Amino acid sequence: MDILYFAWVRERVGLPRERIETTAATVADLVEELRAREERYAAAFADLSALRVAVDQELTDFDAPLAGAREVAFFPPMTGG
Amino acid sequence: MTIRVQSSPFDVGAETSDFAAAQTGMGAIVTFTGVVRDLPGDGLERMEIEHYPGMTEKALAAIADQAQTRWSLGGVLIIHRYGTLRAGDQIMMVATASKHRAHAFEAADFLMDYLKSRAPFWKKEYTRSGAEWVASKDEDEAALTRW
Repeated sequence: MDILYFAWVRERVGLPRERIETTAATVADLVEELRAREERYAAAFADLSALRVAVDQELTDFDAPLAGAREVAFFPPMTGG
Repeated sequence: MTIRVQSSPFDVGAETSDFAAAQTGMGAIVTFTGVVRDLPGDGLERMEIEHYPGMTEKALAAIADQAQTRWSLGGVLIIHRYGTLRAGDQIMMVATASKHRAHAFEAADFLMDYLKSRAPFWKKEYTRSGAEWVASKDEDEAALTRW
């Protein structure tokens, strides 16, 4: 599964994207896996209320299932316009 | 519907003329242009706009689709830049066309509200004293509830 990070999430994790093997059933499970990896992930995912998530380029929430998902992106609230 | 996500500048006048010329039977063209604001004090050295290629285009098309469903529009144009911008640079524009002005105005207002918090762009402001990500505003999220 491809995991993408944008804005300050990318800066904290230190990568724009990576491919990982995971059996996480939901976005929340995936976040737990990532948090457990290294301090920089724990720092990036410290406060989920400050984060948004997209699964296969559709905005969703942290309860969303990951079955069949190819791409998960984490980022702060968007500031377009 | 035309959606463009680009790093290069655009010419609002030329874009507006082209958009208007492509319409038939539309009595109203509304355009909005967003410009990079300078910062008080230190001043803005530059703004970096990051986006999510792929999702950005889909999200903008979905927002334009919603506008076309809700209002009777002859056309919708959205141009949004990414990359390095400076104070006074144009960041983005929307144009809407309708038979009478109410639909074009409302649709443009709707597009702007949704672009603010539903299109995957992030802005970082650089000044002499450092760099900061622009935080989203509660009022931008609240603005969506009026639609």
